[in-house]
Amino acid sequence: MNSLFFAVLALGGMALLAGVALAIATRVFHVEGNPVAEQIDHLLPQTQCGQCGYPGCTPYANAVADGSADVNHCVPGGERTMRAIADLMGVEPKAVEEAAAEPMVAFIREDECIGCTLCIKACPVDAIIGAPKHYHTVIADHCTGCNLCLEPCPVDCIDMLIKPELLEHWSWPLPDTERARTGLKRRSQHAQAA
Amino acid sequence: MRRLLEHIWGRKPFDGGVVLDMHKDGAQVPITDCPLPEVLIHPLKQHIGETCKPLVAVGDHVLRGQNIARSQGYVSAPVHAGTSGTVVRIEEHPVPHPSGLGMLCIFIEADGEDRRQPLGVMMTNWLQRDPAQLRERIRAAGITGLGGAGFPTFIKLLRDQRHPVNTVILNGIECEPWLTHDQRLMTERSDDIVHGLAILMHMTGADHGVIAIEDNKPEAIAAMQDAIHSWQCECEHIASTSVRLEVLPTRYPQGSEKQLIQAITGKEVPAGKLPLHVGVLCQNISSTLAIYRAITAAEPLTERVVTVSGQGMPAPANLRVRLGTPIRYVLAHCGLDQLDGMQIIHGGPMMGERLKHPEAPVVKSTTGLLLIPDDTLYAEHQPEEPCIRCGHCGDACPIRLVPNLMADLIRDQQFEQAEGYQLFDCIECGCCSYVCPSHIPLVHYFRYGKGQLAQLRQERAFAEASRQRSEQRMARLEQEKAAKAARRQKARARSKVATRTADKQQEPPA
Repeated sequence: MNSLFFAVLALGGMALLAGVALAIATRVFHVEGNPVAEQIDHLLPQTQCGQCGYPGCTPYANAVADGSADVNHCVPGGERTMRAIADLMGVEPKAVEEAAAEPMVAFIREDECIGCTLCIKACPVDAIIGAPKHYHTVIADHCTGCNLCLEPCPVDCIDMLIKPELLEHWSWPLPDTERARTGLKRRSQHAQAA
Repeated sequence: MRRLLEHIWGRKPFDGGVVLDMHKDGAQVPITDCPLPEVLIHPLKQHIGETCKPLVAVGDHVLRGQNIARSQGYVSAPVHAGTSGTVVRIEEHPVPHPSGLGMLCIFIEADGEDRRQPLGVMMTNWLQRDPAQLRERIRAAGITGLGGAGFPTFIKLLRDQRHPVNTVILNGIECEPWLTHDQRLMTERSDDIVHGLAILMHMTGADHGVIAIEDNKPEAIAAMQDAIHSWQCECEHIASTSVRLEVLPTRYPQGSEKQLIQAITGKEVPAGKLPLHVGVLCQNISSTLAIYRAITAAEPLTERVVTVSGQGMPAPANLRVRLGTPIRYVLAHCGLDQLDGMQIIHGGPMMGERLKHPEAPVVKSTTGLLLIPDDTLYAEHQPEEPCIRCGHCGDACPIRLVPNLMADLIRDQQFEQAEGYQLFDCIECGCCSYVCPSHIPLVHYFRYGKGQLAQLRQERAFAEASRQRSEQRMARLEQEKAAKAARRQKARARSKVATRTADKQQEPPA
């Protein structure tokens, strides 16, 4: 009887200690925000384009993290981003509905611009500079090609141009051999089947 | 023990490597001048690093050696006009690059007078000059590594207290088949080369100078031997320094900087480190001559010696070509007008690339122009077969990588795993592709993999920058909203006070 009492006391005591330690640890090592959402946010291409139906990349990342959104809504991220997110969340990959368009960059036809600043307010990454009643222009290096500036422009003076291929950004293509092509094909089929 | 084994099996100066058919057809052909074309084309980037910014406008008159584009950033080399004349255009033009893409180039129409503008005073008394001053002169002369890589030379000449240089190696190996320009320079201008070596030793404070030549260049060896001897007689006063000639067995890629250092000093340059970190400075023969000219004759880099050879060439030549000369013009001078059914290789056959536009100009990194007829080139070309795991590629790799494994990973798009096998240490020498019995284009896979990884990095960096800007914008909008709300509240409070006082005023005691 006595030994039973000591056993219960010892285990109960240990459980109490562990409970107290855990309670303290949650306070001391408290993490602000959702770390999973942050990781997803780092995987997204940060175009802030809103094609996923959320007002930006961070809101979409939050939605995926709490399970209210699917992993396959990021259009510019394409298949690679979708796979990375699916890996992180531990869910089955799903095909991205739309194919990612070529990387674009906005260009303002300055002689038609009336200086209304509406596009500056719309740009999610502050890539347009200008002042009221002065021409605006796009900082091409910062533009993510999200198209969000097109709609508010009252005179339709913004074009989306295909990003020019620069020598510095060029890289070698896949070797043009049968085996290299088959490897790539097999891999994409595998991705579609998954 | 090691020496004994070396003696039994023959000396192998560095790991891996292959023995090639050297085809040094132009070894006996003296260097001749290529005439000046009507228009010289100067690309704004002919080196590893930042693109230069033009200093001239269309219509300006320039002199030979005038600085026409200044470097932006540290890792860069300025561009100088190749002859005197007028700037006629500044526009995109094809350059020697595997992509075949164009780059902004300055076009100079020659006036035929070829008047020079010196870089400053001629520093014939370089031994009394401060090394920093000489280094600045080399930077201003726009000298880059003329062996093909195009790394700005002055960066290597930094005097670092923590890493003193004790050996300067002149790289006269020229291990690529066909190329003979360095060999000819060593035969014809050996005295200048030894003086160049002395300048480099003075600048780095090194005690030992080594001129490394492979044993298939007996004429160059004899000429350099004589030059070293006469130089030693001439300057007996510099007793502490020693200059010697090292003759190495022919083996590709011995001319690669790190392999050469291993062959001569036995030291291995660690991955991601510079030769400086093992106390060695390695310079190409052509670069050394350019340094000698820049310091003693105040001449910036406006010309270089190019080997024109290959199976499609009727007579091989070693030409002194003005930088900016269109390659088609150089070939026409060598008697080759018809380029149909020919492939032009820019550089050596192992590491060079197929030139897509013969209109592209000769640049600082043009070591050779090889003409190979299509039928001979494609007769060698075989379809890629599956890997049979023979391991020849690993044996041939001078840096002991596992080429077959890396190629498999890259073919499966597993770039980050390939990086784990030190993909970025690959020097793209082509030994693995050369020995592969299954004809797998291994180096091409590595280039593809490196490019994809670089692209991925760039995309990530861009996304990170966009995210930060987006966050800053959101924070700013919040702040503005809060400020507006605060203002409104204040205004409301003020108007309330105002109405109350107005009310009070309105109902005066009757």
